[in-house]
Amino acid sequence: MTRQSLLAVENLSMRFGGVVAVDDLSFTAYRREITAIIGPNGAGKTTVFNCLTGFYRPTGGSLVLTQDDRNFQLERLKGYRIARDAGVARTFQNVRLFAGMTVLENLVVAQHVALTRASGYNLGGLLGLKRHQDAERAAIVRAREWLDLIDLTGRADEVAGNLPYGAQRKLEIVRAMCTGPRLLCVDEPAAGLNPHESADLARFLVLIRDRFGIGILLIEHDMTVVMGISDHVIVLNYGKKVADASPAEVRRDPAVIKAYLGEEGD
Amino acid sequence: MGYFLQQLVNGLTLGAIYALIAIGYTMVYGIVGMINFAHGEIFMIGAFISLIFFVVLGVLGVTWLPLALLLVLLLAMALTAVYGWAVERIAYRPLRGSFRLAPLISAIGMSIFLQNYVLLVQGAHEKTLPPMITGGFELMQSGGFMVSVSWLQLIIVGVTLLLMVVFTAVIQLTPLGRAQRATEQDMTMAALLGIDVDRTISLTFVIGAALAAVAGLMVTLQYGVIDFFIGFLAGVKAFTAAVLGGIGSLPGAVLGGLLIGLIEALWSGYCPSEYKDVAVYAVLILVLMFRPTGLLGRPEVEKV
Repeated sequence: MTRQSLLAVENLSMRFGGVVAVDDLSFTAYRREITAIIGPNGAGKTTVFNCLTGFYRPTGGSLVLTQDDRNFQLERLKGYRIARDAGVARTFQNVRLFAGMTVLENLVVAQHVALTRASGYNLGGLLGLKRHQDAERAAIVRAREWLDLIDLTGRADEVAGNLPYGAQRKLEIVRAMCTGPRLLCVDEPAAGLNPHESADLARFLVLIRDRFGIGILLIEHDMTVVMGISDHVIVLNYGKKVADASPAEVRRDPAVIKAYLGEEGD
Repeated sequence: MGYFLQQLVNGLTLGAIYALIAIGYTMVYGIVGMINFAHGEIFMIGAFISLIFFVVLGVLGVTWLPLALLLVLLLAMALTAVYGWAVERIAYRPLRGSFRLAPLISAIGMSIFLQNYVLLVQGAHEKTLPPMITGGFELMQSGGFMVSVSWLQLIIVGVTLLLMVVFTAVIQLTPLGRAQRATEQDMTMAALLGIDVDRTISLTFVIGAALAAVAGLMVTLQYGVIDFFIGFLAGVKAFTAAVLGGIGSLPGAVLGGLLIGLIEALWSGYCPSEYKDVAVYAVLILVLMFRPTGLLGRPEVEKV
């Protein structure tokens, strides 16, 4: 199967005053692939995500997401439209669930866009229209399917903030998936997980890629996860790209080793 | 006993009006975490718009009362909602992401502006509307005192209850309500899920303003006298009601409104009525001292 380009990052730059967080970065992410972004702390990985999801206006360059032959200039879209129209979803290093809502509500609220449309912009909900009720029911069914997948069905009505950490991580990914994204950006999903949980999470990401055919951008420090599931790896150092290749090639790349370990004989 | 019942009836009517205004305070606080100090003025504008439309309809010859009432109700709600929307657009949205107290200050600015705007275009004199809905019925005779309920009081409580049910349904049953709760908890995250946060907040202001307009209409009908300054006192009292019930809680606002109305009416009935405001503010102070989360408010959970 030929690779289909999903996200084209071109000459992306992000400066904060005198600090260059991302420096002239270009790469492509493809559909049905996991693209890992790795690099030492402060290499600019999360900054790339923040540019992608509208937190920062890039100082230069462009971010183009292609879906169904339509192009979205992400750097020009308002925050909520990046999610709604372009179909980009993300998770955070520190979990950001709606801690006061139940597990199920977290997943239903993620389907807000579809539900608003189905309810005729809220009127249907008020009038109790069948179309609205059907959509609500379908949203709950979909949410429950996801919960089955991560073994949280039994805790659907618990407050999300009470779940154990590992479960919250997974729930956050599932919530992002409930928005029906084309591109899923996950920021250090394995941070704070034990090796068993990390392996489980890695399998889950692969399952998402294979079953839904979407592209995944993965920032991760756990090299077992990165090397195990990535289709290609982009290495950043001081905001610059130092490598862009398959996991096996990246592992042998002298530039990458230098970025992580420093120069030999220093 | 009869006298007490009469005060109860009066207090509930007044409380219903406070509750309508308090809902606006509590909803806006819930979503942006900030008191909208221009809300009392929105109520005052609702009262003026109602009065103006009564006059206009009178000139146009719409004299069948139910129709006139319904038209004024809808027009006042719609137009006042525009004011509510404008307050958010001008005083809140540009300052989102600014330091925490900034929108508070700009809302006070809006309040002063709106007061003076009405003072300028309507004048400082009190405006009066002759009683339109007269009569009532006698509830019961007790201890040589006739307890009576006017039709108007019945309408006020009825319309208030109906609107509360409708708007509670909006919050509970529509995607908008869910979006409001999500925005309340984490604005950024809500946007990342595709929720138009700006629109959600705008709609919250619009709903609050529409309900305040109803309160404005009711006050115009009940007391028949309004001026540009009525928003201040009513606003502070409705705010007290919202705090008493637990700011951020919709049922709390209704409960708080009714309680404040009752306290005011009962105090006026048995104690010197010039001090009724003192009673209300004493309640505010006591609540803030001993139960700052209010009667139905959730305790503030410190995030660790």
